[in-house]
Formats: sequence, structure tokens, C-alpha cells
Amino acid sequence: MPAIEAHRLYKVFGRRARDGVARLEAGAEPAELKKHGLTPAVIDASFTVEEGEIFVVMGLSGSGKSTLIRMVNGLLEPTSGHVEIHGDNITQAGGADLRRLRRERVSMVFQHFALFPHRTVAENAAYGLKTQGVDKAERRRRAVEALSLVGLEGWEDHLPDQLSGGMQQRVGLARALAADTDVLLMDEAFSALDPLIRRGMQDQLIELQHQLGKTILFITHDLNEAMRLGDRIAMMRAGRIVQIGTAEEILTDPANDYVAQFIQDVDRSRVLTAGSIMEPPVAVLGLEQGPRVAHRLMREHQVDELFVVDRDRRLRGVVSEDDVARAVADRHDRIEPILDTGLPSARPDTLIAELFTESAATDAPLPVVDEAGRLLGVVARVTLLNAMGQDTGVEMTAAPDVPAAPDDAGSAGRVDTKEAVR
Amino acid sequence: MTRVLDIELPRVPVGEWVENAVDWLTDNLGGLFDAIQTVLELLVQDWVGAALHAVPAVVLAVVFALVAWACRNWKLGLATLVGMLFIQAMGMWEHAMDTLALTLVAAVIAMLLALPLGVLAARSQRVSQVTRPVLDFMQTMPVFVYLIPAVFFFGVGVAPGVVATIVFAMPPGVRLTELGIRQVDQEMVEAGHAFGATPRSILTGIQVPLAMPTIMAGVNQVIMLALSMVVVAGMVGAGGLGSDVYAGITRLEVGQGFEGGIAVVIVAIFLDRATAGLGSRSTIARSRRQAAAA
Repeated sequence: MPAIEAHRLYKVFGRRARDGVARLEAGAEPAELKKHGLTPAVIDASFTVEEGEIFVVMGLSGSGKSTLIRMVNGLLEPTSGHVEIHGDNITQAGGADLRRLRRERVSMVFQHFALFPHRTVAENAAYGLKTQGVDKAERRRRAVEALSLVGLEGWEDHLPDQLSGGMQQRVGLARALAADTDVLLMDEAFSALDPLIRRGMQDQLIELQHQLGKTILFITHDLNEAMRLGDRIAMMRAGRIVQIGTAEEILTDPANDYVAQFIQDVDRSRVLTAGSIMEPPVAVLGLEQGPRVAHRLMREHQVDELFVVDRDRRLRGVVSEDDVARAVADRHDRIEPILDTGLPSARPDTLIAELFTESAATDAPLPVVDEAGRLLGVVARVTLLNAMGQDTGVEMTAAPDVPAAPDDAGSAGRVDTKEAVR
Repeated sequence: MTRVLDIELPRVPVGEWVENAVDWLTDNLGGLFDAIQTVLELLVQDWVGAALHAVPAVVLAVVFALVAWACRNWKLGLATLVGMLFIQAMGMWEHAMDTLALTLVAAVIAMLLALPLGVLAARSQRVSQVTRPVLDFMQTMPVFVYLIPAVFFFGVGVAPGVVATIVFAMPPGVRLTELGIRQVDQEMVEAGHAFGATPRSILTGIQVPLAMPTIMAGVNQVIMLALSMVVVAGMVGAGGLGSDVYAGITRLEVGQGFEGGIAVVIVAIFLDRATAGLGSRSTIARSRRQAAAA
């Protein structure tokens, strides 16, 4: 069961908003509605967020993303459509039921922090627990715990206004974490922070999400932030979701001109990974095969190098044309003596920004291997340059059976390939 | 040309209507008015008034001085002590305490009515739209005009004075409560909702505490307006310093009128500064200061 399921959400502001929805469903343009005094904020938005996923809704101001997130926890009632959280229909819940769902299921982090200035940091962090009816000592204990998760131990008894912006938002995050709900809504949570602090908070969020496995719905107008954080991203424009996909899918296959234009300035090298641009090696040589086979393969495929793998497809090294030719001339039977084993390799989740140095060092394409050392694909220099280009027609041809790589490239490699390399 | 414009409009007998309404009310709700009169007299004279009179003047002056100190600072405490002893020295103490009792009771009742009304007005645009002109009416209508029906309903004495004072003093209490709550950052109220707090706990835990400085400004205004009504209330026999001033006017006794006036000013300064000091002591104001100092 998905953590959040939004089903055909509409939000139209104005009198007789339902008529507006009917018009939109009949294919009316939003501009027509404005003539009738109606403002469509969200139009036919559907999406699902899986458990443990960071789902980013990305759009410029006025695109309806803030309205959208407020319908997810019922702060705004959709004009039409509904939202389910772990199967509970939050849109139809009212009064006490809605409050219970909010207490137990969803917490929220706000753009301008929304901390209570008359309460201490610990009391702020414990707010969700207070509404849950947790007793005072337990509240304090869990608030302190949440505060230490975000690196604010020792600040419990200060007042929010005594803290810097970044620290205040950590309190906001701690408040949401302390409530211990599965779902976290973050409404432009880092937008009010300085770029450097924002970056730190993003790293921290990614780390916390790994640690705690929360489902996060994150709203932002910053595409780079979206690409950095999002397992999947929903691009919004004028109230509609125009594309949902991983950062790489959006970069490599934008749904329309708007998205394409939007992603022009994204630093691809920090989003795309080796796994998403790699190609299957034209030919590989088995370790048990001899120089003759190597020679034939090279002639057939017109290549200068061949990667050599063992029976488990583990990469053992590379052989060059010169060495193979010499071995054939000398009538050697085995490939090992001429095997170059010291070659560099990349993991599928390595950002392509990190591939340049490696790639420049050798003429051969860079092999991409999984954690067991199995050869998954190769990245040729020309592929690398292609991927960096503005044209978004990068082919995604990859080995079909790439296992989900563990995230050992650190948080920078978080935009991983789980989905991209399908 | 002038002939054409010289239209005779029919006379609208508003006065008669009001008189009829007042007559009807006195005839039909006499019991209710009597009950209100009894309660108000009990409150002003037998409880608060009696309590203030029961304590020796010097002791009470010291108590007021301590209250002023606690609410603001030692300077106000000292000034209060001197002022109160001065009232006693003028022989105005008894009347000053009558006035204080009337002012406090009227102000407390006005605030008790104003707070919920202000909260309702802050929550609902409709309530706000209805209360605004009514409050304008209450505030701008010359105060003497309330006194006439008040005397009809409650007879001569403390009760009509208190009622007229409440009507006159309440508007800023409502307005500033509404304003204070509306000014609370919408995101904080959203935070309350988002964490599943009940509307009541959002009101008492977030909105009212954050609106407290503004609400306290309203309390201050209510008290000051109530005090300014005492002279007028003196005209309907509410007693206190108002009767001294009123007697001074009607009998042209400059001295007595002046003494009464000075006593009113001293009580006014004490109440104003003390309640203003109270406002800056609310939790939120204190935490803002603390944060600024850090």
C-alpha cells in the first residue's frame, strides 16, 4: 500500500467552485474559468508516494504546489478528488478523525518554520507529542532525542528567536520527527535558508531519511534541490502535474517543452549517474578464452580493447590490441599474462561529474561494475560528453538486470539509479 | 428652481420608536433589569467597594505601590505611593475607592464580554462585519445618551453608571482582541492544525498567547475609557469622584471640582502605567525581549 495516494485532486477557489471543476473536466482552459471569477489552483493532480520515498513536488510560485501539499493533510479541502494516507481517506475525515490522522500519520515542516516564539525549543519540538497526549516527562525525553537527531543538543531550553534560521528549521524538523509519524510533509522547508545552510540541511535530511525511513513529500521551487533530494519528482505548472519521474528520467526524457526549458540549466554532471548513461560493452572476453578469440572479437567489432570477465561476469581486466596481436604471434594460449588488471572502474551510482578524471586517464571506455565486481556496462568518452550536452536525447540503454546499488557514494550519490536503470 | 428643491421630507419619528422600545423593555423585562441592578450594586458596593474600604488608606496605598512596582518598576511604585497618600490628604480617599471599585468592575465585565466577542470576530468574517458598525455606534454615540435609558432600566445609582461605562469602554477590548488574533502568523495556526491540535487548544495555546500584547493594550484602553466615564456616571448618582466633579460643576465650587479632578488623574495614571507594564510582561513579550538580548 502506498504511503500517500492523491487521486484526481482539484482545488478551485471562488464561488461555485464545483462548477469550475466540471468545466475543467469538460476540457475548459483555466483562463476561461478566471472570467467566471474562479481561480483554479490545482487541476487533476494524481500521484502516489511509496513508503520510504522522498517525493518532490517542484514548481514555480503560483504553480499550485503549496495548495497541493495542504490538501494532503487536509489543511485545505479539495474541491474534488481525495487523498489517502496508508489507505485512510483523509479528505473525507472530519473533525476528530482528521485530527487523529494528523497526529498519528502526518507531520509537517513549514517554510517560515512556524515555531512558537513563546515556547522553548524543547517545548516546540514536543508540540506534536503534546497534541498526542503524551505525558510531560516522556514528551521531554523524546523531544530531546529528536533535537539531538538534528544536531541541536544543548539548545533545549533556549527560545526559538535566539537561534539562527538554519537552527530554527532544525527545530521545525525535530518537531516533525518527534511526532513519530510515517509521513513528513515539507513545504518549501529550506527555501528561506542561505544556500550553504540549505545544502547542509539537504544532506542532513537525506541522512535522516536513510536512518529513519520516513516517507517525505517535499515541496520546492528549486530544481537543483528537487534533483538532489527526490527519489521521484513531480513537475508542476499552472496547477497541473506535467511529469512525474526520477531526476534522470526528467533530465533525459522531459515530457514537454516547458520541462525541457526548465532543466536546461541543471548541472547534469551532478544528477546523472554512470548507471544511467552506461552502455552494454560491445563485446567481452571470457577469462578462459585465449588470445585468438580475443583477436577475432576485436576484428569483428572493430575495437582496440576488450574487457575480460570470469564465469560470474566479474571484471578481471582489459586486454589491448597490441598485446593480443603479440600473444597470437607468439602462440600463447592463455590470456592472463597480457591482462591489464589495474584499470579504473565506476559504480552505477557514481555521479558522472566524478567520471571525468578517470575517463581522461585512459582511452578505453570506463567499466561500470557492481559491488561484487560484476561488469554492468561501459561509459565511453563520447557517451560522457553526449550526456553533458544540452540535447536531451541521451539514449538510456543499460544492462537490464542492474541490482539496486548500495548507497556507498555518500549522500552526494543519493540520486540513485534504482528506477533510472530499468 | 428653489421651489423644486424645497421638498418637504416626512418626519421620521426615531425618537418615538426608541421611547416605545425602552418603555416596552422596562415593562416586560423589568425583572431582568432589577436582577442586573442588584448584582451590579452587590459587586461594586458590597464586594469590591467594601473590600477597598475595609483596608486602612495607608496600607492600601502601600499595596497599590507594590502592585505598580510589580507591574512596571520601583519608580512607578514610589509615584503611586505619593499620589495615593495625596488623595488621602485631600480627603478624597473614600470617593476615590468608590470610583476605583466601579471602574474595575465595569472594566472586568467589559473585558469578559469583549474577549469572546473579539475571538469570534477574528474567526468569522461575518461576525466581524456585524460587530464593526455596532462598535462604531457604541463608541461615537455621546455617552450621556446611554445614561437616559440606563436610568430608566436600572434607576438612579451605581448600576446605570456601570452599564453605561461597559457599553462605552468595551469597543477597544473587542477590536484589539480581534486585531491581535488576526495578526498571529497564519503559518503558526496551520502548524497547530497540522499537528492535530483542537481549535480550542490552538486558541488558548497559540493564538491568545501570541496576541497577548495587543489584547493587553485593549485591556489598558478599556480601563482608561471606563475611568473617563466616572465623571459622567457621577451625574446619575453613581457616587465616587464623579459626584465631586459633578457637584463642582453644578454648584460652581472650583476647589471641590479640582480636587476631584486631580484624584481622577492620579488613579488614571496608576491604572494606565500599571496595565501597560502588565502587557509588556506577557510571556510572548518577555520571550521576545529575552531573545533580543541574547
